[in-house]
Amino acid sequence: MSIDVIIFLGLAAVAIASAVSMLISRNAIYSAIFLVMNFITVAVLYLLLNAAFIALVQVTVYAGAIMVLFLFVIMLLGAEHVETSRKLPWQLPVALIFGLILVGEFGLMLYTRMDVLAESVQSVVEGFGSPASVGSELFRTYLIPFEITSVLLLVAMVGAIVLSRNERKESR
Amino acid sequence: MNIPTTYLLALSGVMFTLGVLGVLIRRNTIVIFMSIELMLNSANLAFISFARQFSELPGQVFVFFVIAVAAAEVAVGLALIVTIFKTRHSIDIDQINKLRG
Repeated sequence: MSIDVIIFLGLAAVAIASAVSMLISRNAIYSAIFLVMNFITVAVLYLLLNAAFIALVQVTVYAGAIMVLFLFVIMLLGAEHVETSRKLPWQLPVALIFGLILVGEFGLMLYTRMDVLAESVQSVVEGFGSPASVGSELFRTYLIPFEITSVLLLVAMVGAIVLSRNERKESR
Repeated sequence: MNIPTTYLLALSGVMFTLGVLGVLIRRNTIVIFMSIELMLNSANLAFISFARQFSELPGQVFVFFVIAVAAAEVAVGLALIVTIFKTRHSIDIDQINKLRG
């Protein structure tokens, strides 16, 4: 077993453990912190996979901006605990059975398609996935999608403001 | 780094399933939302693995777009959750069963 696979197994163990902890912790703030841990672990994995730019975007946008927004809303609403009004007692076992079926299908698909992926990874060229190469790809080939993304972010911002605005006009 | 792509896809599949289980099991709307982020994250991992396997840069560019769309989605979704909380004073997913405010 090579050193790469050992590093991968360690990272995968941390990622899965933090995801499971996110699922089972009662306090929503702990869930958010565990999710940050998961995101940072995956970012380290991206660094190992020749995706330095995406790793940095993952840390700043996902683990930074998005999760701070989550924590802010949780604390604003005081929604750390939601009292469980469980109306469906069979929900948990059925969900677990469906999850097991899904994992089984993933495993079966990987097992049957293994020969396609078994061929060794092509040697990556120098600078593959660096900020410079991803940026030039983004601004040459994918310029129009990039601009559409900026419009999408603007629309989301306006939408969030409109949704959370106080309805003062009606009372006036 | 020479990690087999099959291992990465297996990790991605397990993380996706954990996200699905979170959506199915948890009652807290915000935790359900975080589980959706977990699923997006696992899909990104699969994209990055295939980009490395075939030395194709567009796979990484697509992950960039997925992250941007996820940021927009989180902004709107959390604004919706705050609005629902203002009218119903709860974010238990069982309480949110009407389209009317």
